[in-house]
Amino acid sequence: MAQLNINGKTVDVQVEPDTPLLWVIREQVGLTGTKYGCGVAQCGACSVHVNGNLQRSCVMPVSAVKPGDRIVTIEGLSPNSSHPVQKAWAQLDVPQCGYCQSGQIMAAAALLRAKPKPTDRDIDEAMTNICRCGTYQRIRAAVHLAAGNTSAAAPAGDSATVQA
Amino acid sequence: MTKSTLSEKAPNLSRRRFIVGSAAAAGGGLALGLNIPFGVPTASAAQAAAGNEVNAWVVVKPDDTVTIRIVRAEMGQGTHTGLAQLVAEELECDWQKVTIEQMTPGQNLARKRVWGDMSTGGSRGIRGSEDYVRRAGAGARMMMVQAAADQWKVPVGELTVSNGVIRHAGSKRSTTYGKVAGAAAKLPVPDLKAITLKNPQEWKVAGKPMKRLDTAKKLNGSEIYAVDLKLPGMLNAAIKQCPVFGGKLVSYDEAKISKRPGFKKVVKVNDSTVAVVADTWWRAKTALDALPIVWDEGPAANASSATIAAHLKDGLTANDAYADINDGDALKAIAGAAKKLEAVYSTPFLSHATMEPMNCTIRLSADKAEAWVPSQNAEASMAALSTSSGIPLDKCEVYNHTLGGGFGRRGGTQDYVRFGVAVAKEFPGVPVKVLWSREEDQAHDFYRPISQAKLTAGLDASGNLETLMIRVSGQSINAYLAPHNIKDGKDRRQLQGLWKTLAGDAQIGYTVPNLRTEYAMRNSHVPVGPWRGVNTNQNGVYLECFMEEVARAAGKDSVEFRRALMKNHPKHLGVLNAAAEKGDWGKPLPPGVQGRGIAQFMGYGSYSAATAEVSIGKDGKVKVHRMVLALNCGHAVNPDQIAAQVEGSVAYGLSATFYGECSVDKGRIVELNFHNYPILRLAEMPKVETVIVPTHDFWGGVGEPTICVVAPAVLNAIYAATGKPVRSLPLKHLKLA
Repeated sequence: MAQLNINGKTVDVQVEPDTPLLWVIREQVGLTGTKYGCGVAQCGACSVHVNGNLQRSCVMPVSAVKPGDRIVTIEGLSPNSSHPVQKAWAQLDVPQCGYCQSGQIMAAAALLRAKPKPTDRDIDEAMTNICRCGTYQRIRAAVHLAAGNTSAAAPAGDSATVQA
Repeated sequence: MTKSTLSEKAPNLSRRRFIVGSAAAAGGGLALGLNIPFGVPTASAAQAAAGNEVNAWVVVKPDDTVTIRIVRAEMGQGTHTGLAQLVAEELECDWQKVTIEQMTPGQNLARKRVWGDMSTGGSRGIRGSEDYVRRAGAGARMMMVQAAADQWKVPVGELTVSNGVIRHAGSKRSTTYGKVAGAAAKLPVPDLKAITLKNPQEWKVAGKPMKRLDTAKKLNGSEIYAVDLKLPGMLNAAIKQCPVFGGKLVSYDEAKISKRPGFKKVVKVNDSTVAVVADTWWRAKTALDALPIVWDEGPAANASSATIAAHLKDGLTANDAYADINDGDALKAIAGAAKKLEAVYSTPFLSHATMEPMNCTIRLSADKAEAWVPSQNAEASMAALSTSSGIPLDKCEVYNHTLGGGFGRRGGTQDYVRFGVAVAKEFPGVPVKVLWSREEDQAHDFYRPISQAKLTAGLDASGNLETLMIRVSGQSINAYLAPHNIKDGKDRRQLQGLWKTLAGDAQIGYTVPNLRTEYAMRNSHVPVGPWRGVNTNQNGVYLECFMEEVARAAGKDSVEFRRALMKNHPKHLGVLNAAAEKGDWGKPLPPGVQGRGIAQFMGYGSYSAATAEVSIGKDGKVKVHRMVLALNCGHAVNPDQIAAQVEGSVAYGLSATFYGECSVDKGRIVELNFHNYPILRLAEMPKVETVIVPTHDFWGGVGEPTICVVAPAVLNAIYAATGKPVRSLPLKHLKLA
């Protein structure tokens, strides 16, 4: 039995204490935007915020969540996908298959909270989630766009040169 | 084609016989042997009257929203948006009001495959359906314009249409698609084959960098992948196959785990596979981890990367190879060459590592079988569902979700459906989701085949390439998955990209007087299959890295040397020139860059070239600073999504270049998660510049073609930086410090 605060709501779950937070979120709470990719904190598809800090939930046992800890998943990041990171992701059409993007967006949101004007190096260090489709170039541009780093962000629709 | 002609051409076979027969012939795929969907009826009058279906592809509601039906799978490659653009272009509807609807194989079967082939692989999503989807859009437009003409009693030729609004200038009347769609649906279907489609250079919706139609749900967690499915009463299963390919399940001790929370049952899936079923997947997975299992590891228990490599090495010189191209007399010419070069290359097994691991949810009842899948071929999924459940096809249905990556793993093999059915049979009426762990996904893939290649060149006294011999030795995809495709022991597929003609859609780009290509089949016990780009990836490395070695031995510039051999290959040359120009070939290296490389290759009907700029750190680590990719895919339906595919192909190709390797020890795969099967991360991603060079005279693929030039461009840049060729992948084994 554990009590969790997820996206501002209190939820009681019946679960073994060593169950990873990821699986509690997906299977007990029923929020499936947070993804399973590796189970060993390598890929970041399971990234959530715990008290505002980025956390790979696949390696955090639910017993490590303290009463009063505030957990935010992709579903709770913003109403209506209005977070600047989500808007930038939409503007640059970042996702391909999209499976990793919940985690990417949560990582980017945490980065911008810590560093509102990140440099490329900051982005390199913070954005370590795996994207198998390889959307990294757009992720970088979208983080800059969300941060308002206009000079560094590529304009939408200008991704290719088409020779006549 | 008139409506009556359409009806007359319906196949005179029962649906079930037709489908099952073709599935058997195609080794599980429903699609092969069938062509485009014309020849079967489009919307019947009854179906049309039931809704606002103008034809099978186009539904227009009274509020003018347009639903475009799609059957190809969406795995990130953007095909859904591209196909909708092609329909909308001919339909002349308002793009802002377009949504898409994915049809099921059950619906396709019930309507005699009106939507055609559902398989999505080989970069065929657009090029394999562009003609009939554009005709469907045009046909729907013609019917709606005709309906307005009938209503106004004016000649149809006096009407114009734009953005879903039909106008009659003479009487200053106008109406919208939404208002006439119902009447249009009752009209005769025009002769679609007789329609003159728009010249692509007049496109207004297609050809433009439209935003994807499927992005919004991917930003807030609301996209439901198959792995996310929740159904009432659903159970969850974790699965384990014998770690050694070819081994067998001997026994397990269910009592040891039967009291664990949520536990339901251990299921023997097949001779080599066991599953644990529980209420949640985490409980099933941890119970499976705790289950004592005895395996008979079988005949391959001592196989290793070294034994497989020795087997392949034998194939480089053995007498059993077959020659695919044998122009001139290479064997004689090489003996008399003024200068001779020889090099041996190798590439490893690779897993697909889709971010969403393999999974499938199955519900079986007495007279109904359902599957929820991420599938590149929902019809193949339905065939597998039917054959493994014993339930007839017309009582099967498959719900295909957006795939969390495909890359060739989720095509014809359908192991996840077969295994899912075996588990669900134990729980009649109950939906069961079977999910592979990442470790299981890595341990039981259909891997990119391992191969080695020996290339031999003969130069004349002036450094001209007179003779080229290519011997590929390695594992055959066809031998494992489609042996009927091997004719007289000759498996052409492993020489993809080295073919002489365009027929295989990947032609070699050089003319060499004495040219000999050979393949020696050397199979192992490891399952193999198509991996994004398939054999163009390995063969691109072999040919283009060797061409670099030969150019240098000839004392010639890499680009000039290639150009001299490409006079008969203007499209290959076109992309080479475009990459060279945009990639600053011949110009000084920018600060921090130590080497620039170039490569060109063909695959999937498209022409690709790349340049790469690299440096090598004090620690020996290679950094790729910038890559320029040039692609001629004929027509460019969505330049922004083509760029996205090119960018993604660089990441996919660089992961393979730097890290990708599935090695074998004691008969099993060693690399079971991302700690030892690393994937390229953002910090390592070079700046990618995409140059699209469309010649507007053919339809080529996009998802796969550019991967094959990524590795050779980088390896050639390392060669330029170090003066030493790189002949083996991945680079993690290369000692440069």
